Amino acid sequence: MGKKRKISEINSSSMADIAFLLLIFFLVTTSMNTSTGLSRRLPAPLPPGMKVPPVDINKRNIFIVKINSQNQLLVQGEEMNVKDLRAKAKEFIKNEANDPSLPVKTMVNIPLIGQIEITKDHVISLQNDVDTQYQAYIEVQNELVAAYNELRNEIANEKFGKNFVDLDEKQSDAVQDVYPQKISEAEPKNYGGVKDGQN
Amino acid sequence: MAKIRKDSERETPELSTSSLPDIIFMFLFFFMAVTTMKEITFKVRVSAPSASEVQKLDNKSLTRYVYVGKPMDQYAKLFGSETRIQLGDAFADLGELESFVVNERSAMNEDDQNLMTVSIKADKDTKMGIVNDIKQSLRRAYALKIVYTANKTVVAAQ
Repeated sequence: MGKKRKISEINSSSMADIAFLLLIFFLVTTSMNTSTGLSRRLPAPLPPGMKVPPVDINKRNIFIVKINSQNQLLVQGEEMNVKDLRAKAKEFIKNEANDPSLPVKTMVNIPLIGQIEITKDHVISLQNDVDTQYQAYIEVQNELVAAYNELRNEIANEKFGKNFVDLDEKQSDAVQDVYPQKISEAEPKNYGGVKDGQN
Repeated sequence: MAKIRKDSERETPELSTSSLPDIIFMFLFFFMAVTTMKEITFKVRVSAPSASEVQKLDNKSLTRYVYVGKPMDQYAKLFGSETRIQLGDAFADLGELESFVVNERSAMNEDDQNLMTVSIKADKDTKMGIVNDIKQSLRRAYALKIVYTANKTVVAAQ
């Protein structure tokens, strides 16, 4: 009996308290939110002293989206609501009917997909004013990305019977070759004299 | 043991709490798995814009954050109410951004250096002027991979 008492068990009643303490520590120091966002790639910087090279792009290949200080859109010279931008951008990127006012289509051979006509050289140019609200800018970016995503989904469903996100790496590369994302964020311009209300 | 049990024979035995630590540990591991360490304490107020096409950022250790917004109330006296930039735990000027990015990058593992992403966490009411300036200094610092932080909107635009 005496021997048994010596090797008595370690009292573990404080274990719960210790665990609680750790739990509370982690609750306080960590945050639940996972960050999400729209990723973009900036163009490489120009060598110092060099001017912005003139855009050597066929006019029909370029899709100009301008946002002014009142967060209004000017798409290809027309005023437009953000909601209509997606359809317009899709029409531009796809150029289904081979319209001469929309980007040039070239025949290319893409692995896994084969011969396909794509608008290889199209560029979407996004220009904004200094006073444009960030939310408006993100909305426009979002619509443009959505246009690309919808088009990619269409072709992915047609060729592989899956959504774009579910494709494996090779298939996804092929789809990206068909619809390469080309959103150019123009060099900022200083519209020095432009004041509110002058459009 | 048998003897003890005999002694303490009662009609209502105490609720066993021996599994309590296990349960708490389970909670603890759950929270450790799903949460991430807080990056910094915010000194500027940032309520991110929302967008429907957002992607999850995969690698947090390769991401550096630039916060843009109006200073919190307790800093408003010192720093005014104009939109400011926060790098790490402190307010910064636009001129410091370039060296901040270069320093952060050189502190990284060499293999990871060109994978560095700069996440711009800007308030949705920020004017684009300052965001453009940030983009230009990031370009100069050769930090070309950027992310505009945005929250996911649940409703898809029809």
